[in-house]
Amino acid sequence: MARAAVVPSTRLAVEYWLLTYRRNWKGSILTSFLSPVLFLAAMGLGLGSLVDAEVGSGRDLGGLDYLDFLAPGLLAGNAMMLAVNESTYPVLGGFKWYRTYMAMAASPLRGRDILLGHFTYMAFRVTLASFVFLGVMAAFGSVSSPLAVLAPFCAALCGMAFATPTAAFVATRINADNFSTYTRFVIMPMFLFSGIFYPVSQLPIVLEQLAWLTPVWHGVRLCRALSTGSGVNWELAGHLAYLVALILAGTLIASRTFTKRLYE
Amino acid sequence: MSLIAAWGLTKQFGDFTAVDGIDFEVERGEVFGFLGPNGAGKSSTMRMIGCVSDPTGGALRILGMDPAREGTKIRSHLGVVPQQDNLDEELSVAENLYVYGRYFDLPRAVLRPRIAELLEFVQLSERANDHVEPLSGGMKRRLTIARALISEPEVLLLDEPTTGLDPQARHVVWERLWTLKRQGVTQVLTTHYMDEAEQLCDRLVVMDRGKIVAEGSPRQLIERYSTREVVEVRTHGQVAVMAEALRRLGESPEAQAREELYERVEELPDRVLLYTDQGERLVALLGEVEHESVLVRRSTLEDVFLHLTGRSLVD
Repeated sequence: MARAAVVPSTRLAVEYWLLTYRRNWKGSILTSFLSPVLFLAAMGLGLGSLVDAEVGSGRDLGGLDYLDFLAPGLLAGNAMMLAVNESTYPVLGGFKWYRTYMAMAASPLRGRDILLGHFTYMAFRVTLASFVFLGVMAAFGSVSSPLAVLAPFCAALCGMAFATPTAAFVATRINADNFSTYTRFVIMPMFLFSGIFYPVSQLPIVLEQLAWLTPVWHGVRLCRALSTGSGVNWELAGHLAYLVALILAGTLIASRTFTKRLYE
Repeated sequence: MSLIAAWGLTKQFGDFTAVDGIDFEVERGEVFGFLGPNGAGKSSTMRMIGCVSDPTGGALRILGMDPAREGTKIRSHLGVVPQQDNLDEELSVAENLYVYGRYFDLPRAVLRPRIAELLEFVQLSERANDHVEPLSGGMKRRLTIARALISEPEVLLLDEPTTGLDPQARHVVWERLWTLKRQGVTQVLTTHYMDEAEQLCDRLVVMDRGKIVAEGSPRQLIERYSTREVVEVRTHGQVAVMAEALRRLGESPEAQAREELYERVEELPDRVLLYTDQGERLVALLGEVEHESVLVRRSTLEDVFLHLTGRSLVD
């Protein structure tokens, strides 16, 4: 027993995920690039020209062109979608199909290293994709404030506010049966009703208030303020605090469900 | 001091008792086996030794440490070959070893030569840069063994190391494990293969329904729980009828006079087994009983195992 004891750390678990990312980063970046190009071209330019002609750069959009209104919303929405993808199948796979987590658990790594390692990697993926998204936005001319460089980080927070509770839930699942239901009927409605495509004030008051509860609405508000430079005020601190609180709560619950699954 | 010691070790899942108060010790340098049918509690025991499952009762010490408090420290001295391979199929053979070595915080400079050495040892050097996915089952198993050795562990834990492998692949794995044993690597393994237990284990315990029902070296177990020889008598006719005739033979006055002919009679669908220490003498008397063929063989661990754990399936 001459060898010094290993000091386990989250960093060592992150290394694994980065090594797997190195295998497919090209495809991943390409997807991160093409998705906003398609969305912004179709909805921003196509639908946007119609909206701008009818409504004008109207009061309802806070004086913004439709493209400028839409793009930061999609930035947050896209981060949510990616984070949900990364926290469903890969997490169940870690327990069940690839058993990556089980392999890690047999090593000196602790449950929290395994969990936080994967979360760190997810945050990295979403941040990276969000920066690519921001680049596309800039190319479309819909970035009008230097504060926009902070928007990808806010998008990533928005994503992780979904990823952490999603992973906590997935750790309790035996199979992937409910995943598509979850995406279709929980995530998709948030994508459609949380102020990405139109201000939630257009909705009936009940739906509007519901939208305020969704993490993605807070993410959208943050990204939009930062990319346009308008409405940068203390309200944003509230949005940040809401997202951070959700991430902390999600991580706490996930550490319970992961521990139970790993060491049952 | 024993490398691993357990007293009254227990694991319960709700109402179900998977491991029911077992005692055992594993000494440095030995190969120690848990032999038992599926569901006997072998894997649960292995998970507790591997510090990924907390005992619900009793005490367990590994390298003198308590897994409940020093799991991380203990695990840094263990190499684990799990029942189900959990290699990363998207990474290459060498990358699998590298990434696992990193979990132990081993620096690249240490890992690079060690990976080459280990791949040589498990005869996978030529596949170093190939993906894992297309490898055969035997190759994946060998790679998993190499991966478990990457941290130069003091104890190697092998949960059913050759289940699902073809005979050639099994022999290659056994030969590698045998080499490790000669190098002094302590190994703890579970198996339900008798030949595996007989080939590899210095000492083993037989588990059944969460309990240890026997303990010793393969030879000791055979001596203690079986006879020297087994006479297998086959018949075309009804086994029950022949078994009855054989029993009468054993009880006949002349047989009694020559001491006990056999210890036990066991009926199988097509034959009767006679557990005896004097096979040839027994065969000589068989002319009186109608039968098709007869075979005398040495007792094996399988006879011990089936005697102790029964022939009926426990599902």
